[in-house]
Order: sequence, then C-alpha cells, then structure tokens
Amino acid sequence: MTETPQTDRRKLVEVRDLKMHFPILGGILRRQVGAVKAVDGISFDIFEGETLGVVGESGCGKSTAGRAVLRLYEATAGSIRIDGEDIATLPAEVLRKKRPAMQMVFQDPQASLNPRMTVAGIIGEPLDEHTNWDRKKKLARIYELMDAVGLNRDFANRYPHAFSGGQRQRIGIARALALNPRFIVCDEPIAALDVSIQAQVVNLLEELQDQFGLTYMFISHDLSMVRHIADRVAVMYLGKIVELAPVSRLYDYPLHPYTEALLSAVPEPDPSLERRKDRIVLKGDVPSPANPPKGCNFCTRCPKVMDICHQLDPETVEAVPGHFVACHLVSHPQTAGRTGGAEAEHNQMKTQQGEVA
Amino acid sequence: MTETAPEKSLDVAAFRPPRNQWWDVWDQFKVHKGALAGSLVFGLIVLFCFVGPWFWPYDATFIDIRSRNQGMSLAHPFGTDQLGRDIMARMMAGGQVSLAVGIVAMLLSILIGTLIGVVSGYFRRIDGLMMRMTDLFLALPLLPLLLVMSMLFRQPLSAVFGVEMGMFLLIVTAIGITSWMRTARVVRGDVLALKEREYVLAARSIGTPPRRLILRHILPNVLSPVMVSATLMIATAIITESALSFLGMGFPPDFPTWGRLVYDGIDYLQQYPSRAMLPGVFISLTVLSVNYIGDGLRDALDPRIRGR
Repeated sequence: MTETPQTDRRKLVEVRDLKMHFPILGGILRRQVGAVKAVDGISFDIFEGETLGVVGESGCGKSTAGRAVLRLYEATAGSIRIDGEDIATLPAEVLRKKRPAMQMVFQDPQASLNPRMTVAGIIGEPLDEHTNWDRKKKLARIYELMDAVGLNRDFANRYPHAFSGGQRQRIGIARALALNPRFIVCDEPIAALDVSIQAQVVNLLEELQDQFGLTYMFISHDLSMVRHIADRVAVMYLGKIVELAPVSRLYDYPLHPYTEALLSAVPEPDPSLERRKDRIVLKGDVPSPANPPKGCNFCTRCPKVMDICHQLDPETVEAVPGHFVACHLVSHPQTAGRTGGAEAEHNQMKTQQGEVA
Repeated sequence: MTETAPEKSLDVAAFRPPRNQWWDVWDQFKVHKGALAGSLVFGLIVLFCFVGPWFWPYDATFIDIRSRNQGMSLAHPFGTDQLGRDIMARMMAGGQVSLAVGIVAMLLSILIGTLIGVVSGYFRRIDGLMMRMTDLFLALPLLPLLLVMSMLFRQPLSAVFGVEMGMFLLIVTAIGITSWMRTARVVRGDVLALKEREYVLAARSIGTPPRRLILRHILPNVLSPVMVSATLMIATAIITESALSFLGMGFPPDFPTWGRLVYDGIDYLQQYPSRAMLPGVFISLTVLSVNYIGDGLRDALDPRIRGR
C-alpha cells in the first residue's frame, strides 16, 4: 500500500466530468420526461499499476461508472482517456481494436459465464475475437491462463454450472486476462462470494497485479476489503465522487461527513472497542437520482448540514495534496462555525450520535 | 479448489484436450430412453415411407377395381380402398408427402420465427415494428388466408414447378408463413431477458460484434423454447396440410397424403374403421416420436441437465 500518490507516475486512465444519464420516457408519445442521473459528472485519474477503490452504498452509481469507463454504456457527456486516447468518442471498429487493453470482472460469477459454453470456450472467447491463432496455440494460452488463476487444467471441458462461486470468479478473471489487458474494472468481484473465498479472490487479484502490472478500478461496498487492496479510494454518493484520497489518509482522516458515516459503519473486530465505538447513523434514504436535491447531493442526510449546502453544489477541492473532497465544510470553513476537520472527529461524532440516534 | 496443486494438474490435463461438444450431447441423448424410443419409431416410419415403395409391388395410384374394399390380408396388409388401391402403398406415398411437408414447413416457420424474434428482441429500434407485424399476422384469419393464397398462386406455381412440386411449395410456404408468430413472441421475450445478462455484457466488453454475439450467446440459450415449438410445429403442419387437402385447396384428390387418407376414410368409418384410423395412428406416432426426440435433444443440449 502506497502512502502518497506518486504524481510522477503515468496516468493510465483519465476521466473528466463523466456523466451517465438514463432517460425516463413517459406520456403517450414516449418523450423523455426526465433522466436518472446515475453518474453525474465525476472526474478521476488512475495511475499505471495502482488500484483505485470505488466505494459507496447501493445505487450510488459505482457500477454504472465502471461500465461507462469501459464504454459498455454510451456516456452522456465527458471524456474517458485510456492510455491517452479518448474512448468516449472512438468509432466502433477502432474501439473494438482497443478493447483488449481494458477488461472487466463482473459481480455475479453465475450470470457472467454463458451456461452453454465450456470453460475453455469462455476463456478462449477473447482469443477467438482478437487473434487468428490456430487451435493449438489458443489451447496453450487457455491452459496458461488457467494455471495463472489456479484452476485445474482438467476443468477445461466442464461447464460453469459445475463450479463453485469462487472457481467461477476465477474463470471470469482468466477471461479478463486473456488478452493481456492493462486496465481491469473489477465490478464488485467479491460481493457474491462468501468470506473465505473473498480473501482467495482478492489475493489472486493482487498476485496477478504484481505479476502482470495491472491497473485496477476496484468497485466494492466492502470498506475493509477496499482498504486492503486499494492504493487510493474514491467515495461516491448519488452519482458524484464526494471524496478521493490515498487509502491511509482517507481511512484515518476522512474529511467528508458521508465518508465519516461510512467508515463508522465498518465493524471493529475487537468487541471492547466495538462497544465503545460511536456510530454515525444517517437518517432517511438516498434521494432518487432522477430528482437529486438542490445544492449538495448529501444535504438531505448530512449530520453537519449548513445553509449553504442547500443552495450551492460544493466544488471539489484539493484539501491536502492528493486528497480531494467536495464539501462546504472544507471549502467554506468560516461558515461552518467549527473546524470541520478530522482532528476533533471523536468529539464531533459523540455529539452527532446524540442528535441522530 | 486451491488445494489442487498446479504440478499435479499439468500431467493429468495434458492428455485430455477439449473434445467436440457434440460427443457430450450424444452421450446425454443416449441416456434419454424416451428420445431413443422416439428416434427408433421415427426412423422406422421414415424407412417405411421412403424405402418401403422400393420393395412393395403395388403402386399408390394403381386401381384394381375387382379387389376393392378388401380387409387385411397377406397380399394387402392394410387392405384396399373403394377403388381397389392398396392402402399400404398409399400410406407409404402419403407419408412421404406428409413428412416432407411437416418437416420443411416446421423448418421454415422456426427459421422465420427465430429470426424475427431475435432481431426484434436484440435491436430495440425495430422491435416495435416487428412486433406489430407479428400482431398483424396473429390477427389474420388463417384458413381464409390459406385458401386465398392457394387460389392465387396455384396456377403459376404449377406451371413453373409442375403440379405436385408447385403444390408442395405453396403448402409449405403457406403453413410456414402463417405459423411463425408464436415462436417469434417466445424467442423475443427470451432474448430481451438474455441480452441483459452479464455474460452478454462480458462479450460486449471483449468487443464481440452483435452478429457473433447473437450466434454464440443468445441463440444457444433460446434453444429450449425453439425446440419445443419446433416439435409441436411438425404436428400442426401435417394436420393443416390435411385440412387444406380436405377443403380441396391442397394436393389433387388422387394424390395421397396422410391427412387426405384420414378424410377419405371418414366416409367409410362405419364399415371400415381402420381406413381412417391407420393414417391417424401414423400421424400420432410421428408427432409423438418427434416430441420425444425434441425433448431428448433439448435435455442433451443443455449442459446443466447433461450428466444427471
């Protein structure tokens, strides 16, 4: 785990102001009457060889962001530069040629493998699409990949239904690796697995990263797993990135109230500490992404809400080098009436606890 | 899982390269008793209809008026009809036509139905148009349509392909294009569900173009409903053909088909019940055996059921 972001490293992925709005059609003429703003203007960079964790609660647009970055959805606006090329505007055939460099590992290993194809067929599909190797060479590569992800070569003839969740996820990873990608979006790859298997899969992902120099965008809602695997973490809320920081910085000194609330929900293994811990319990539900609140997206649930939050959408500012946050507590600390920093965090939490619970 | 050491798997696996999937299909098909029995019966019927005439001395249209209305005998195992024609020979000849009509019309209808279903399910833009067209066809009264078609196209087709071939083409096309709607609907529904599955997304993230994506991921997974409607379609086609012939819009009256034989036999149902029953039994046996074959094939083609 790196402590600070090395700014001298090359940016492999640069996302600028990415928006993904899904139209809502209504009326007799099926006109567009609104839009679900699943991803509403996010910007981030991923450096070569690092892992960017993306966390947030269900429905905050993590997976949509991941898919839009690979242009599995046509983004509404924004640019996605992977390796210097803006893939958001590439024509289909050029994009197809570029596909091998970027791959995806899916959430549900049951649904992401075609039940009517053998393991060899599934892993070999990218090879069929992008190489003109003969059968023997393909088979050799398939075996090589199966070795790399720890699958028995004898499994090549079997069908996905014959495997456990962890094994299926390995098949999915092997498929993603087939074309020597440089960037892999892991869309909650461990969410559907039980805990013992989660560790195996995450360790496998880390090993493969070391071995092949991969760059990950690791989408998850498991904060402790993200802390383990990620170098930097982006916290998403309602289609926006509210905070982005190196992992140690974010977990120790969260600046955004939402991040604080999320982190306070992480279970503490020590029961005595757990009992003494103060949880920030957020009130209410996430607002609908079709109708986000005016001002800051989090203003309806924020325990530290101020007047300005209901009027102005906070700008993303770099509070500390490498630590980006979009919150008026940071950008307008004078109106906050208190520091709003992480120093007095414990006391603040106690007062919040009183107010909220 | 992780305990399987790679060095162990290396030497074991080297000897078992992926084998052709059709061997697995055959292995499973063999296990399905109903499918085996069905194939046997269907095979026998096909042999009876297509190989039988080579060995059977009587011609289907040979009239021997002196030996009319005979019961079953060694010379005429199924008896003779009111004109003294050998019923066994007529069954053979009729079977050739009925089977050919049933299978070709089924193939045509499945082809159209699957094509329209897949296209309208996968490409959202033309979905509305395609489905309204399907509704249009569903709303058409079929029998009058068939009658009009045969009235309009009978002469020109007969002139080009000869009476029998022209009639065959006409009937097959008529049945084919009036029976694909159900398949199209079912297939479209399945495709709509399938194209949102993650493996389709995975294939897109690999860069698979739509054509290959459909062939590789969508079509194999809509096989089950297609198979079911295919087997049912053969029966429907055979029966529709006989209804058409009965109405005088199908093959000429002296041209035997199973459906025609049933209707001819109905007049003599009181005196010679076997005349209508025999072709009826053959139709039923064909339909039943094809259904069992379809059932077995469906199971054999589904890897989740295979090996159980």
